[in-house]
Amino acid sequence: MKLKNQAVSLDSLDWNILQALQENAKQTYTEIGRRFGVAHSTVYDRIRRMEENGIIKKYTATVDLEKIGVKHMTAIMTVFTDPKESENVAKKLSEAEEILEVSTSLSEELLIIAKVVAKDQDKLHSFIAQKVAPLPGVLRIRTSIITRKYKGEK
Amino acid sequence: MPSSVARILRKLPRENAFYFFTSIGNYTGENASSLEEFVKKIGEVNAKSLEFHFYRGDFEKWVAEVLEDGELAEEIMSFKNLKPVGDALRSQLYLIVSKRFEKLKSEFRG
Repeated sequence: MKLKNQAVSLDSLDWNILQALQENAKQTYTEIGRRFGVAHSTVYDRIRRMEENGIIKKYTATVDLEKIGVKHMTAIMTVFTDPKESENVAKKLSEAEEILEVSTSLSEELLIIAKVVAKDQDKLHSFIAQKVAPLPGVLRIRTSIITRKYKGEK
Repeated sequence: MPSSVARILRKLPRENAFYFFTSIGNYTGENASSLEEFVKKIGEVNAKSLEFHFYRGDFEKWVAEVLEDGELAEEIMSFKNLKPVGDALRSQLYLIVSKRFEKLKSEFRG
């Protein structure tokens, strides 16, 4: 791993380790090392350096809400904004606990795409009507409720 | 002039405005932050948006709780059993709300 104009360049082993951690961050160094034919101490060293460089930001748990009895729905919200206000809108959305992800996209217009979770359709609508639509710079909103997921985190 | 009339006719902050949607989460970009603007928007917005809010009870809720005009809220609710849709809904809603707005405006002017 080398620092190149502030950007960190990774070799193939680093990439393999990252992929292994993304699949399962609870694997041991020995398991990862065995998979790629290197010593566990090498894996430890590579991971520690990637943590120190901020490449690995954190380790999280993905919770299956249905298994713990939490009824919820997920929707993808596309927010069309005034370009001058889009950054503020994106920041405000990022602060809301109902929002899981926020990204921006530039196609014909500047869009903010956000993943939203809510207990039900009424809660989803109230959140968008009361917290998102009134934000300065929001021009219009399109929302698609996810009904079935074919690929995603298991 | 009763102070309640001035209150009903006041300009609202953006967080209390009425935001017109066509379905769950789909905002048209149109909003009204006073009774006067509400009248105007009823004449302009997509009829689908009027139907969405009318049958969810959003109009009377906003009129009663935010504008604080219980009388207008009752009037809006009272013609729900006629099940109006499309342009018929727009016409009737516009008639009721604009009539109320003109009445309050003349009371305000004294």
